[in-house]
Amino acid sequence: RKPTFDPRLAEYRGVWVFVERDLSGVHPVSWELLGAARRLADQLGSEVGAVVAGVPEEALDVDSREAIAYGADVVYQVGHPVLAGYRNEPYSKLLCELVKRHKPEILLLGATSLGRDLASSVATTLETGLTADCTELAIDRESRALAATRPTFGGNLLCTILTLNYRPQMATVRPRVLPSPAKVRDRSGQIRKEEIELHEEEIVTKIAQFLPHVGDQVDLALSEVIVAGGKGLQKAANFALLEDLALALGGEVGATRAAVQAGWIDPQRQIGQTGKTVRPKLYIAAGISGAIQHRVGMESSDLIVAINTDPNAPIFEVAHYGIVGDAVALLPLLTRAVRGRILPEKATPSGLCASP
Amino acid sequence: MRGPNIVVCVKQVPDSAQIRVHPVTGTIMRQGVPAVLNPYDLFALEEALRIKDRLGGRIVALCMGPPQAEAALRKALSLGVDDAVLVSDRAFAGSDTLATSFALANAIRRLSEEKPIDLVFTGKQTIDGDTGQVGPGVAKRLGMHLLSYVCRIPILDMDSGTIVAHRWTERGVQVLTSRLPCLITVLEGTSQGRFASLPEMIRAARQPIRVWDRKAAGIEDLTKIGLKGSPTVVGKVFAPSRRSERAECIEWEPDHPETAVALLWEKVLARQPEWA
Ligand SMILES: Cc1cc2nc3c(=O)[nH]c(=O)nc-3n(C[C@H](O)[C@H](O)[C@H](O)COP(=O)(O)OP(=O)(O)OC[C@H]3O[C@@H](n4cnc5c(N)ncnc54)[C@H](O)[C@@H]3O)c2cc1C
Ligand SMILES: Cc1cc2nc3c(=O)[nH]c(=O)nc-3n(C[C@H](O)[C@H](O)[C@H](O)COP(=O)(O)OP(=O)(O)OC[C@H]3O[C@@H](n4cnc5c(N)ncnc54)[C@H](O)[C@@H]3O)c2cc1C
Repeated sequence: RKPTFDPRLAEYRGVWVFVERDLSGVHPVSWELLGAARRLADQLGSEVGAVVAGVPEEALDVDSREAIAYGADVVYQVGHPVLAGYRNEPYSKLLCELVKRHKPEILLLGATSLGRDLASSVATTLETGLTADCTELAIDRESRALAATRPTFGGNLLCTILTLNYRPQMATVRPRVLPSPAKVRDRSGQIRKEEIELHEEEIVTKIAQFLPHVGDQVDLALSEVIVAGGKGLQKAANFALLEDLALALGGEVGATRAAVQAGWIDPQRQIGQTGKTVRPKLYIAAGISGAIQHRVGMESSDLIVAINTDPNAPIFEVAHYGIVGDAVALLPLLTRAVRGRILPEKATPSGLCASP
Repeated sequence: MRGPNIVVCVKQVPDSAQIRVHPVTGTIMRQGVPAVLNPYDLFALEEALRIKDRLGGRIVALCMGPPQAEAALRKALSLGVDDAVLVSDRAFAGSDTLATSFALANAIRRLSEEKPIDLVFTGKQTIDGDTGQVGPGVAKRLGMHLLSYVCRIPILDMDSGTIVAHRWTERGVQVLTSRLPCLITVLEGTSQGRFASLPEMIRAARQPIRVWDRKAAGIEDLTKIGLKGSPTVVGKVFAPSRRSERAECIEWEPDHPETAVALLWEKVLARQPEWA
């Protein structure tokens, strides 16, 4: 493969991030993407653009300034009443028009339900390449193209995908696989208000209602401490031991697919290829073998502790510290040690409630 | 009231549970790995079949793939689909999601010349390419309204052509109203799938499957399909690098497990100084 570079493509410059917003604010993946965009743009010698769209209100300006603090040079701001709540039609229209207007070289979105829906529609309309669910972004030195790497075959292999002769080069990136960049309060940048013609009468799909998830709805992806259990915990009742420890640490409970399939815990808490990707400060794996499909969801955690009866369990290949032993017996001791303030009170991560 | 005319897109995929990576070369060992109907597509099929159970109408299963992908369509037929079309041509080889959505959209246009299509269903994603991009792509190419990650369809009114769908998002469910024709990508776990009965399996084995080449699918422009029509290029495929060192295992005596536990917390705190 010899990359040939079409000179017309040189018109396209800048690395863009679509900033995903909803009622509760900006999805953190957008900031993670701005961090990556900054690196890519610096390498290419170009600018970082952020698209911030929604109903015209104060939050739109606040989020635009945040985007600059996280690394954007230019914010393309679109304010319009039809943008209340995500709908494919108006959002794909506005993003396509902005791309045609300003011709970014690279366009990044989060691999969320919104980002995947929007990215696929935009890439199809613009007839360009879209790489899904990436875990790594770089610039290919030879072709100056975006080299987007994604896991395939259940994380057993990685593949790097390039979009050579089409622009923009698009990718969606999984939340929590890239580090969040530092926020620089006084970074300077420009906010450009963009006019896009949108009319409610022309939008066929309407949002009749929004039903927030109730019950066991945790955002594991954002938890700073996760205590996860697997088949090695033997029975559903032992998951209470995980809950005790998680509560003491101000963290959340996670699980393997095997534990979910056994019906021991809510599927929302599954970590791995077909579950969530997490990146906590501390990940405790109890009775988890460490199958590749589980590891891809947790191996970028800052600190991994594993408890397993089998000294040869693959989980010990990704863990930093391990105890070879019976998790059912050890978990209560870990909890007691935390409650007994061996771990001082302020040791629990900020913002999470410690147990009394 | 007429029943809806439905297309369900199904893909044949290698059964990933049985894929192994060669321990030395790090390459995928595909030999002998059986091909199956993409598991996520079973939920799309089930949703379509339930609509047909309720309102009547007709379901066509559509697959793009090599001749042996016929097996995926036989599976769909055995579950109660009325008709099956396999779009198969060497010219499609190497298609990425943009080229795939072009080919499928053309085939659906052809089908709608026979009888207008009200609904297209796809799975949420496949277990091999795993992009989830084909459904939204087909919708855009056909100018159909897109309802993605749908977990429930409480209302489908054929007289007025309206549909109400529950769309899953990370924070909650959007209740969307839209109009036919539309394309729906179905969330997994939405329903318990049905099993084929023996007579249905026999019927499915005998039923002819229509095989369309590129021309029959109405595709003239060779630059839109296969490698030519695919903007994405697979650069390299490689095994992930693993951390070289193994976990530091904390030794302990069965009589004094608390010592090991205390030592572990000490080490954790040493690595997370801001907690100490
Ligand atoms: C397509 C596909 C997608 C998948 N997606 C995911 C996914 O997203 N997430 C996921 O987790 N898995 C996923 N899997 C499943 C994965 O391959 C493994 O089967 C699963 O992770 C194993 O879970 P486990 O570690 O709980 O169970 P097991 O593999 O059964 O391991 C149990 C472990 O517990 C240890 N043990 C036993 N007793 C004790 C004890 N008393 N104390 C301590 N340790 C003990 C054992 O030594 C063993 O290592 C997927 C598989 C496929 C094919
Ligand atoms: C490891 C790997 C990585 C890849 N990465 C990318 C990438 O990042 N970007 C890219 O553009 N392409 C990529 N491809 C190519 C892509 O897989 C193919 O274009 C494929 O034809 C369709 O994509 P998918 O399997 O991801 O389907 P998805 O988009 O995940 O499928 C969604 C639904 O669309 C329907 N559907 C999909 N394919 C067919 C079909 N052939 N016939 C009928 N219905 C179908 C099914 O209902 C399915 O449930 C990759 C392929 C591989 C093997």
